[in-house]
Amino acid sequence: MTFRDRRRRVVSAVMVGLSVVAVCAALVPVAMILFFVIGKGLGSLNLAFFTHMPAPVGETGGGMANAILGSLTMVGLGALFAVPIGIVAGIFLSEFHGTRFASLVRFAADTLNGVPSIVIGVFVYAVLVLPVKHFSALAGGAALGVMMLPIITRTTEELLRLVPTALREGAYALGATRSRAMFTVVLPAALPGILTGVILALARTAGETAPLLFTSLNNQFWSTSLTKPMASLTVQVYTYAISPYDDQHRQAWAGALVLVTIVFLCSLLARVATRRLERMHTGS
Amino acid sequence: MKFRLTTGALASVIVLIVVGVAYVLWDGAAPSIHASGWKFWQTSTWDPVSGEFGAGPFIWGTLYSSILALLLATPVAIGIAVFLSDWCPMALRAPLVFLTELLAAIPSIVYGLWGIFVLVPAVREFQVGLPGWVRALPLFSGPPVGVSMLSAALILAIMIVPFTSSVAREVLKSVPTSQREAAYALGATRWEATRVTLSYARTGIVGAVMLGFGRALGETMAVTMVIGNNPQAKWSLFAPQYTMAAVIANEFSEAADALHFGALFEIGLVLFAITLLVNFGSRLLLWRMNRERKPKASRAVPVEEAA
Repeated sequence: MTFRDRRRRVVSAVMVGLSVVAVCAALVPVAMILFFVIGKGLGSLNLAFFTHMPAPVGETGGGMANAILGSLTMVGLGALFAVPIGIVAGIFLSEFHGTRFASLVRFAADTLNGVPSIVIGVFVYAVLVLPVKHFSALAGGAALGVMMLPIITRTTEELLRLVPTALREGAYALGATRSRAMFTVVLPAALPGILTGVILALARTAGETAPLLFTSLNNQFWSTSLTKPMASLTVQVYTYAISPYDDQHRQAWAGALVLVTIVFLCSLLARVATRRLERMHTGS
Repeated sequence: MKFRLTTGALASVIVLIVVGVAYVLWDGAAPSIHASGWKFWQTSTWDPVSGEFGAGPFIWGTLYSSILALLLATPVAIGIAVFLSDWCPMALRAPLVFLTELLAAIPSIVYGLWGIFVLVPAVREFQVGLPGWVRALPLFSGPPVGVSMLSAALILAIMIVPFTSSVAREVLKSVPTSQREAAYALGATRWEATRVTLSYARTGIVGAVMLGFGRALGETMAVTMVIGNNPQAKWSLFAPQYTMAAVIANEFSEAADALHFGALFEIGLVLFAITLLVNFGSRLLLWRMNRERKPKASRAVPVEEAA
């Protein structure tokens, strides 16, 4: 082996080694974050966290019952707006994907996906809070809905385009119209995947804080009114994190643990579902 | 035709929202634009009480923290993408991909919480431990407070790594196997084959990096919690500074007068414009990367339309 060859091999081994270092460099923070969230969160997580109201400053205990309800409500509101529109828009994009208008919609969806969440908050504030002069759960839900919309649209489009053309052609051969083929053949085939995409989008937006800061604000009390400010898990964690009280810090870690668990479970669910879907397509 | 119209009408909601965001921000920023003009971005005194609004430090903080994060994150992200697409043992790939995707999904408030209680004290310790002559350099000067530009850049880097690496991995996956095979056939080592792949995919990789940059620019919660929120433009990594997103998050719900609101809207407008440009640029690169070798499939059409 010449010197030159040996050098090439060494360089190659070093580069492979560096890439392993890069993987470790990314995994160390993950491990640390999970370690702290689980370690500190588990200690403060109990039944009261889910069933009790926030304790007044100075008292220990209490929970985030109202914030959990608030997060669920606003994610639900957002979904009510974003899921139907997102899926139909996805259908449009996949069905008419070569048209100029489809390109425009796709471009708009990607743009919206890249807009900082805080800017979405400002937008919804100006549209839904400023005219009525008070913060509301409705505005919070709308902000979350705007965040979900592009994700759901693009996922639906991609999954619909994965459906084998043969299925579509089969429907056309039987004389089906475009819409009939879509709703009776193509959409059902892609539905499990679309639903997982929707679940993932919901889980991600459930962790959003910035768009809620000045739309739904926060609320220390039990409130189910959609026109009043509403607490949310994320804003509550934020408020507690920047407070000076140890007991509130513990509550914040517990809230973080709940958020991470939700995201983790949804990702796992999505993974299992997509794997099943892939197996169905390959027919094994 | 009815099908096309109804689905198209609902799809246009997305376009309307984007136009709406731009219009609302422009409209809200108008008082500030009229009052301050270009001075808004050139001065650096931010004092809502006396009505002085200079946004220089915010745009500095946003760009500085994002560029630092980009420098830290890019080599790591590309390393991960290359490892996962070319060199990783099969059995390790799926769990690693899952882990990096999970990282991308962790809410930014959780990063922020970890940042406040773990990263910030660690940065403070690190600064105290530096030798005196290093701390005299302008890049490392300032009292040890922990909340600083460095904390913000670190947390941003951690947050954008999974994002950039997953896009870069997709890009590398789209490189035809024949490229690698050809390199190996010529006797290339692993690294040499990967270099061929990387240079083939360079447009897309740059796109992936820019997409990560766009994320970093707009990131709000985690940065707000660790950067110190002090409107000053400094080179020092240990100086508490401020970003555009953070000032909106902190002051928007408490803004009292029209000018203060307008100023925050104007910051939002510029943040929107910058992220729009960066995202547009990266999509363009990614699209160019894909366009060259997508076979044009002929699509079936229903009988009624073919006739």
